[in-house]
Amino acid sequence: MSLQVRTFPQLGEAAQALAADRGARYLGGGTFVMRAINEGDVSITTIVRSTDPALQQIRSDGDRIHIGAGVTMSQVAASRDSDFLAAPAQSVGGPAVRNMATVGGNLFARSPYGDFTAALLALDATVHVVEGAGRRETPLEEFLRQGAQSEPRRVVAGVSVRRPHSRDAFRFRKLTRVKPAGASVIAIAAHLPNAGGRVQGARVAYVSMGPRPTRVQAVERALEGATLDESGIAGALAAATEGLDPPTDAIASYWYRREVAPAVLKRLLLGIQ
Amino acid sequence: MARKPIQFRLNGKDEAVFVEEGQNLLDALRRQVGDTSPKYGCGQGTCGACTVLVDGEPRLSCLMLAESAEGASIETTAGLAGAELHPLQRAFLDGFAAQCGYCTSGMLMSAKALLDRNPSPTREQVVDAISGNICRCTGYEPIIDAILDAAARGAGRRSA
Ligand SMILES: Cc1cc2nc3c(=O)[nH]c(=O)nc-3n(C[C@H](O)[C@H](O)[C@H](O)COP(=O)(O)OP(=O)(O)OC[C@H]3O[C@@H](n4cnc5c(N)ncnc54)[C@H](O)[C@@H]3O)c2cc1C
Ligand code: FES
Ligand code: FES
Repeated sequence: MSLQVRTFPQLGEAAQALAADRGARYLGGGTFVMRAINEGDVSITTIVRSTDPALQQIRSDGDRIHIGAGVTMSQVAASRDSDFLAAPAQSVGGPAVRNMATVGGNLFARSPYGDFTAALLALDATVHVVEGAGRRETPLEEFLRQGAQSEPRRVVAGVSVRRPHSRDAFRFRKLTRVKPAGASVIAIAAHLPNAGGRVQGARVAYVSMGPRPTRVQAVERALEGATLDESGIAGALAAATEGLDPPTDAIASYWYRREVAPAVLKRLLLGIQ
Repeated sequence: MARKPIQFRLNGKDEAVFVEEGQNLLDALRRQVGDTSPKYGCGQGTCGACTVLVDGEPRLSCLMLAESAEGASIETTAGLAGAELHPLQRAFLDGFAAQCGYCTSGMLMSAKALLDRNPSPTREQVVDAISGNICRCTGYEPIIDAILDAAARGAGRRSA
């Protein structure tokens, strides 16, 4: 095995090095990349990393916050600026994993992982991708669609996200077999802005109901104009698994995931813990 | 294979070693430094046996690139005891919180990280602190009790 580690002070240089070398892999917190290396994945010949301080920042700009790609789940959970994202950040692994797992790395997670990404998806986050000396902003949903087709060859500088409409408007529920830390049977993140007692502009995202975190537009449509009570949410529950093809893995089967999705969605929508 | 020099503090002492490119910190601690107190369980991040403290925070040394430890302060179980056992070690012994012992050093480091920051944790906080550490022998209860016992004995209040 011969492996090379290249460290760049500027993110732009890291992006160039990554794009130029097919065997290169960007290293965030390493919870996936180092695992692959420990397993003897010989397709990785170069590790690219960056010490750019911009990667570590969390900053507020009006009602938007910007989170650098190198910020860890523990840092998100501890920062006042990102307090609304504490629940999904805290749901990732145990304390040591949270001290390593980064926001950037979570964007590339596949089922049964990607809890933080689902939260960002529900909040319609924007991904800042490094392009030359600048940054290109891409809606997260589109970023995930592109990523599904190719291995990560782009460097992410960070994400930005608008604060939820109100404290209660953003909700996150994760069902695991092992407590308190475990991979999801299903996790659901939802932004449910409320106008005059009715939902307006809902965004709902699932983890573990497809290869990557996904938006569930059938549920969103059914929630439009609905009240969050038993009868108001009936349509959303009926649409809970419409068109979804969840994986069977060591955590749960396809069948079980489809059975349990409406139950978890119901708890989230009615605000039951 | 290319080797890189790195320097860090280990249990309060300066260390300078050459590490291989791509080598993980667990491997470097065990082979280059000779500190075998962090254990290799899975190399996958799932068992927690390799947990060490990096600048006071628990990390999985098997998933950490050794060269990223440059300049850091690392604590392992080998550094816990002074003239006497650390109160956590004493509580683990008294409470039969180790059977085969393979998970113990990771458990101790996760527990130390908790008590250093929160000297009187609730049971729930203890459970969360060790949630990334797997034990196949004890059923966890003696470990949780031992950590609470160590907290009651003031483990979190003594200077590190
Ligand atoms: C025991 C354990 C439990 C876990 N539990 C959970 C869980 O509950 N929920 C969950 O969502 N995940 C979980 N994970 C998975 C993982 O830790 C997280 O998804 C984490 O956020 C991945 O980030 P990382 O920085 O460690 O990724 P890395 O390993 O550093 O990178 C992962 C991928 O992303 C790419 N990448 C990373 N950063 C960037 C960037 N800035 N730009 C471009 N590409 C980048 C890498 O090249 C690589 O392909 C768990 C992992 C372990 C080992
Ligand atoms: S050896 Fe590091 S988590 Fe198992
Ligand atoms: S004592 Fe054997 S694994 Fe914990």
